[in-house]
Amino acid sequence: MATYQLSVNGKRKEVTADPSTPLLWVLREELKMTGTKYGCGVSACGACTVHVAGVATRSCIVPISLVGERPVVTIEAMHDDPVGRAVQDAWVEKDVVQCGYCQSGQIMCAVALLKATPKPTDKNIEESLGGNVCRCGTYVRIREAIKRASQQLA
Amino acid sequence: MRLKSENSTGFSRRGFLRVSAAAAGGLLASLYFDLRSVAQEGQAPPAKIYPPDAFIHIKPDNKIVIQVNRLEFGQGVHTSLPMILADELDADWQQVIAELAPAADVYKDPLYGMQMVGGSGSIAHSFQQYRELGAKTRAMLVAAAADRWKVSPDQCRTEASVVHGPGGKTAKYAELAEAAARRPVPATARLKQPSEFRLIGKPVRRLDSRSKCDGSLKFGLDLDLPEMKVAVVAHPPVFGGRVKGFTDSEARSIDGVREVFEIPLAKGTGVAVVADRFWAAKQARDRLKIEWDLSGVEHADSSQLWTKYKELARTPGNVSVARGDAKAIDQVDAAKRLVAEYEFPYLAHSPMEPLNTTVRFDGDRAEVWAGSQFQTMDHMAVAQVLGLKPEQVTFHTEMAGGGFGRRAVIDSHVQREAAVIAKRLRGTPVKLVWPREDDVRGGYYRPMHAHRVEIGVGPDGMPSAWRHVIVGQSLVAGTPFAAMLIKNGVDATTVEGTADTSYNIPNFQVSAHNPTVNVPVLWWRSVGHTHNAFVMETLIDELATLAKVDSIAYRRKLLKSDAKKLRGALDLLDEKTKGWRDKLPQDHAVGIALHESFGTAVACAVDISIDNKRPRIHRATVAVDCGLAVNPLSVESQFQAGLSFGLSQLMAKGAITLKDGRVEQRNFDGYTPPYIVDAPMAVDVHIVPSTEAPTGCGEPPVPVISPAVVNALARLTGKRYRNLPLATI
Repeated sequence: MATYQLSVNGKRKEVTADPSTPLLWVLREELKMTGTKYGCGVSACGACTVHVAGVATRSCIVPISLVGERPVVTIEAMHDDPVGRAVQDAWVEKDVVQCGYCQSGQIMCAVALLKATPKPTDKNIEESLGGNVCRCGTYVRIREAIKRASQQLA
Repeated sequence: MRLKSENSTGFSRRGFLRVSAAAAGGLLASLYFDLRSVAQEGQAPPAKIYPPDAFIHIKPDNKIVIQVNRLEFGQGVHTSLPMILADELDADWQQVIAELAPAADVYKDPLYGMQMVGGSGSIAHSFQQYRELGAKTRAMLVAAAADRWKVSPDQCRTEASVVHGPGGKTAKYAELAEAAARRPVPATARLKQPSEFRLIGKPVRRLDSRSKCDGSLKFGLDLDLPEMKVAVVAHPPVFGGRVKGFTDSEARSIDGVREVFEIPLAKGTGVAVVADRFWAAKQARDRLKIEWDLSGVEHADSSQLWTKYKELARTPGNVSVARGDAKAIDQVDAAKRLVAEYEFPYLAHSPMEPLNTTVRFDGDRAEVWAGSQFQTMDHMAVAQVLGLKPEQVTFHTEMAGGGFGRRAVIDSHVQREAAVIAKRLRGTPVKLVWPREDDVRGGYYRPMHAHRVEIGVGPDGMPSAWRHVIVGQSLVAGTPFAAMLIKNGVDATTVEGTADTSYNIPNFQVSAHNPTVNVPVLWWRSVGHTHNAFVMETLIDELATLAKVDSIAYRRKLLKSDAKKLRGALDLLDEKTKGWRDKLPQDHAVGIALHESFGTAVACAVDISIDNKRPRIHRATVAVDCGLAVNPLSVESQFQAGLSFGLSQLMAKGAITLKDGRVEQRNFDGYTPPYIVDAPMAVDVHIVPSTEAPTGCGEPPVPVISPAVVNALARLTGKRYRNLPLATI
């Protein structure tokens, strides 16, 4: 066990965990922030996506010992982020979700995409969200909602 | 019977439900699996009077809480069932809150006689029930207002949770709730005419949308209770294997590990690790050194099973349906005969939220939290393991991250495991988690199937004789469902979608073999239709091509005259796709499929090209007849997304295979679901206008897409695709 000082959603957090513990499980079980989801544990589904130093990152394969000072931002902070809020609003307007379990990860990837590429093409969307599984299959509405958020932010 | 009123606050929803149930005649006291009712599926269910107080809670602040008698796991009933009730109640939709009901007799499916989601029956079976609940409650509120104002109920009308009386009098439902609750529940109440609907038939957005977008919604896996522990189980590498011995010193050396012990499983035995946290539990589980006894259990092997299945498919099975002359095919000239063999592998459901259940056992009581499609059975299973009566076990229905059948398990194996572990940790809540690897390798798959079809083609190019043999494990043999679903030795779910085809084929025989294999199998969204629609719709397309007839025209000609829903869907598809079908770029092709399942008819057209050696679906159009579309927005969503789920069958790595009894895939890297590039880029959904009773939309999107795509592929490559998954094109 070791103690780590983290920056999560702009706040300092101290956690004690085994160094191998993935960031995902620190968020979920130590910090009780369960908006970030466990889907596969091998970075093959994207449900656990958070932003680490602004980069969309699969938190299920990042050991807590490697996070360091880099700021971590999760779905719980998205309503305070202008792009995050626009994406969430577009998701609601387009009635994207079904079971909803993957959507935190989809939204975190969509926000990262729109911050880098405000007017994404279909190809950009497929590249940025290409590794996110939605088992319900809401992909058509995800595309529409990203384009809608892009319009709203323009 | 009481409606919750402003004067009786102070007890929790659980307390409220307990009181309600007691008032309604001790309904919680006698949980049972109503086999008789299940066996009567298809017949009118016995008349039941549902107590409104178990479903509706009008709160002092005018909020109206509506209990949803089923699991929500994406299909949208958490919105659509409250819509139905709220419409008849004339409730203010902005004030409606939906909750998933716990396990209780009163929440059983009116037709199935158990609390469950399956067979796309949620709306179909509860439409009338929720309408009546709303209408009766409305009548009671109106009567209370009429009493108060000393007027006739006929002089009152309702809108947005307010009763309006003569002379501009108004009363909010919340003000009337207590008086209304003292009135008897009327035996009948007038239901609205369709023209009076305010919500039913209108596109309504989901109630659970925002909380699923901001991370605040708690799924079963997100549950956190004081002192809760997390359990992960080592399951045998071959189904039914048993623990011979194990060494846990390395596992126990991990911080936070509390207990390691052997447990019985639905088949065989395993080793449970209980820890403070998931990560510790999983790490410890993976470090157990277990010696397994794998003798005495069949080591299933996919390649050997294919050999066996294909041999079986060449012999007649138990006859499911026989029309005309079964031997007519033998008289058909070889040149006029089409013989086709198909392979379908095992498929895992792999819902996004890994399987989990939390149980706390307190000696004479227990509490369970589970995203369950089969609450009645899972509830009973936990009670049985703990030696309790069902009424001593409170069973909460948790929001679930998908399921597709995986949470509708007849042997309740996840809940049993959780209960066994919780029993040992008396007083401590334990959350059992099946990590993704356990789910991919843990069985309960869509069974593998072989089909062999011999078709005689008549002089008009239409099929004159059809002999069809299907091989695949039964989903229900040896279970309480067998009586209902096995007829003449054939599991109805093996042949559904073929035996009941609406194509008019004069000499038609379907038979089936249901071999026993040591691999647990389970219904996978749309069940038998997954493979039967693929076989039927690819063969019909091939016949149309051989006959040089347009594939829509061929199907229209072949449909039975009474196939009204299918014909309507096909006509609508034809109309809506005319604009683009004939104007495709040169390297694109159209594929068509038509299929009815669970009472809903679906016609589908896709526009595809080949990109990176995979089908690229530029567009899909579906036309649907699902009776009255209660929430057209939800119908559209289910179809758009359900097509993607159906494409699971075509993924290059979309198969579960076994070698020497061991599953060869571990996770999404080896068993790959469709990603965004695999899904249609756009889907337009057209609903056939209807006032007929609503039928389901959860499963019917799934069967059509795979055959439509390979039918289009066949036009591009000239090949036919009969072995799934689609490893190469």
